[in-house]
Amino acid sequence: MATAYQIIDHSYDVVVVGAGGAGLRATFGMAEKGLKTACLTKVFPTRSHTVAAQGGISAALGNMGEDDWRWHMYDTVKGSDWLGDQDAIEYMCREAIPAIIELEHYGVPFSRTPEGKIYQRAFGGMTTRFGEGRAYRTCAAADRTGHALLHTLYQQALKHDAEFFVEYFALDLIMDDDGTCRGVIAWNLDDGTIHRFRAHQVVLATGGYGRTYFSCTSAHTCTGDGNAMVLRAGLPLQDMEFVQFHPTGIYGAGCLITEGVRGEGGYLTNATGERFMERYAPSAKDLASRDVVSRSMTVEIREGRGVGAHKDHIHLHLEHLDPAVIHERLPGIAETAKVFSGVDVTREPIPVLPTVHYNMGGIPTNFRGEVLRPTPGNPDTVVPGLMAIGEAACVSVHGANRLGSNSLLDLVVFGRAAAIRAAELVQKNSSHKAVSSHSTDMALERLDRLRQAKGPIRVSELRLEMQRAMQNNCAVFRTGDVLAEGVTLMQKAWAKRPDVGVSDRTLVWNSDLVEALELDNLMYQAVATINSAANRTESRGAHAREDFPQRDDVNWMKHTAVWVSDKGETTIDYRPVHLTTLTDEVSVFPPKARVY
Amino acid sequence: MVEFALPANSRIAVGKRVSHAKGAKRTKTFKIYRWNPEDGQTPRVDSYEIDLDKCGPMVLDALIHIKNDIDSTLTFRRSCREGICGSCAMNIDGTNTLACLKPIDDVAGDVKIYPLPHMKVVKDLVPDLNQIYAQYAAIKPWLQTQSAPPPDRERLQSPEERARLDGLYECILCFCCSTSCPSYWWNGDRYLGPAVLLQAYRWIADSRDEMAGERLDDLEDPFRLYRCHTIMNCTKTCPKGLNPAKAIAEIKKLMIARR
Repeated sequence: MATAYQIIDHSYDVVVVGAGGAGLRATFGMAEKGLKTACLTKVFPTRSHTVAAQGGISAALGNMGEDDWRWHMYDTVKGSDWLGDQDAIEYMCREAIPAIIELEHYGVPFSRTPEGKIYQRAFGGMTTRFGEGRAYRTCAAADRTGHALLHTLYQQALKHDAEFFVEYFALDLIMDDDGTCRGVIAWNLDDGTIHRFRAHQVVLATGGYGRTYFSCTSAHTCTGDGNAMVLRAGLPLQDMEFVQFHPTGIYGAGCLITEGVRGEGGYLTNATGERFMERYAPSAKDLASRDVVSRSMTVEIREGRGVGAHKDHIHLHLEHLDPAVIHERLPGIAETAKVFSGVDVTREPIPVLPTVHYNMGGIPTNFRGEVLRPTPGNPDTVVPGLMAIGEAACVSVHGANRLGSNSLLDLVVFGRAAAIRAAELVQKNSSHKAVSSHSTDMALERLDRLRQAKGPIRVSELRLEMQRAMQNNCAVFRTGDVLAEGVTLMQKAWAKRPDVGVSDRTLVWNSDLVEALELDNLMYQAVATINSAANRTESRGAHAREDFPQRDDVNWMKHTAVWVSDKGETTIDYRPVHLTTLTDEVSVFPPKARVY
Repeated sequence: MVEFALPANSRIAVGKRVSHAKGAKRTKTFKIYRWNPEDGQTPRVDSYEIDLDKCGPMVLDALIHIKNDIDSTLTFRRSCREGICGSCAMNIDGTNTLACLKPIDDVAGDVKIYPLPHMKVVKDLVPDLNQIYAQYAAIKPWLQTQSAPPPDRERLQSPEERARLDGLYECILCFCCSTSCPSYWWNGDRYLGPAVLLQAYRWIADSRDEMAGERLDDLEDPFRLYRCHTIMNCTKTCPKGLNPAKAIAEIKKLMIARR
């Protein structure tokens, strides 16, 4: 069969898969260092989901009041509920400052203070003096920061003449028998050809997998293709049970309303008009971290204090804000609220609901971007030839819960770190080892099997079954019984994979087949997520077990590593959390109770 | 009289009719342009009658409903579904717009959907945008300076200077405007078109950029800039409410001012 597909070969020093914020930063960083770099992406770069980020990107610049990167580090460690690796968090928070300055020098159209500096707003969980005051740390371009950032990064890639392969769908990694990654196989949607990219380093920057859930802020294209490629290569994913629910997705449509609304003074109310966050987080109130706010909202709704005819959502108010502030700082969400909920934000509240937003888990890496594979002797064994960055990766800087505006930061800091590391590892234009055809055959067999699939189940049908199982059984609050039922539901869904049918048999822009491949990728990650969640018998960050309501540092202060076999069976092991720092400029923050 | 014969594939056939609205209270028919490059057939328009209570409020919701539940071969680009990625630009009810932001109820009668006009079609509603992407790259859409930036802090820009970028930087490169422009239809190979000119002006207007003169030199051309005849379709159609025609006018004013 595999011989029926003509394969076009390419050789590069580095191949980046994905052209969102992390992928683009890595791509032009590598091109800048003289590495022969290709970037494959299934959507044109400026259509990647980084574009939808709204509120901002964090860095302790101190433009709007006192700040220090160590305070940022403390907040991030606390936000992670002590599951984040403190060496990586130190690296990110320290590098944040030059990273943002660099972005400004690239031309990002940041909003400005009266003195002409980058404007910074308050965001959830961001404090000064280790929790004492409120930090203004989140650098913003109105409420379109992701758009401004992504377009600027693409522009820099154009400036550096980076080579793009746009609308190429990555199928699988090329792995050697010794476990080294040698490249990647991709399908060019534009003309239907198959391409084999050989590379000394493959960098996965393929984003999150929000579409495993029924309701998410994530784009349709957020299917975590790189995560699934890693699982199929026999490597583990890490901390997949930690799925962030953003407190303010628009009720019904699921579109994101930035936390920046609350950063600018917006607040939440229940059916009685009460600002209930004052009860749950007396100090931070509406600007507690996202897991805390989402849980509080869910409790309000469960206890019958939701708003609307079905008492099933919450109100987000900004009608008390000066319309000039809304116009200048929050124009995008004013438009989004109008279009998707028919609300004029200067007059009435926005109906909102906690909505799946971000995956803290992903491909385990160190702070240089190198992918890790824990072995019995060494939890930090590097997988040669493979890197991962951005939401696809689990460095882990976000631990059990990410703070708002730390993800855009993660993209640029670790995109740059990967470029630096690749330049150290790769000898420019060096020759490539011959690769066995095994990986190629496997990838093409998978492609061809789905392309010819004549089963009775529609892709959309099985996708919906998976999304409902995840939405109902792996939500904001979890219990052992509900998770166990979810595991069974996912097993049933997994068993239906051979019965999926595709109607389009062409190769040019066959989006029917793309969706089938994406569904297959999502299924791997859904299985990894729900099994990891059922396994972790404690509550930490975004993983809230009602049957185990306490954080258990004795038994569970460790990362979950999960493997998924081609039969949908999971194997779980652990990696220790890094309780060390990189320098002596800061000391480790020991675990303590997490109160906002 | 000269007799013209249009190429076979420019004649659009009537395609299949599918009704998927049994027992529906509210129905709507979507007439959608279809073309498959691999089947050797001419393009056609397929009709799908759907139950509006089984899909969301936007045209994109209807397209996804059709693809999910009726005909999975229907092909279109989509991603963010909230009007920021620019993927689902297409011609709906005679106007270029984003399917995700276009309410179905805004269309009286059947909803006719075609790919963005005057572009090569890759398949169904997917146009080939490679030329327009190349034109975007050609205007050097990045910050260009001669003086070095301060080493450890940002370049300063006053809020007033920054406000000049409002209405420019928000462009999502959906190209609804360029593909609605008759000048671009005729001279798309040499005229840059409204989307790319809006971006050209975005950098001219940026107080941090130091290459306005060179940027204007590059645009000083009967085709690249001056094929804009102020038709204003661009501004009328922009799904983000931007005003490319005004940006082009600003460039033309700067051209005159520097003579």
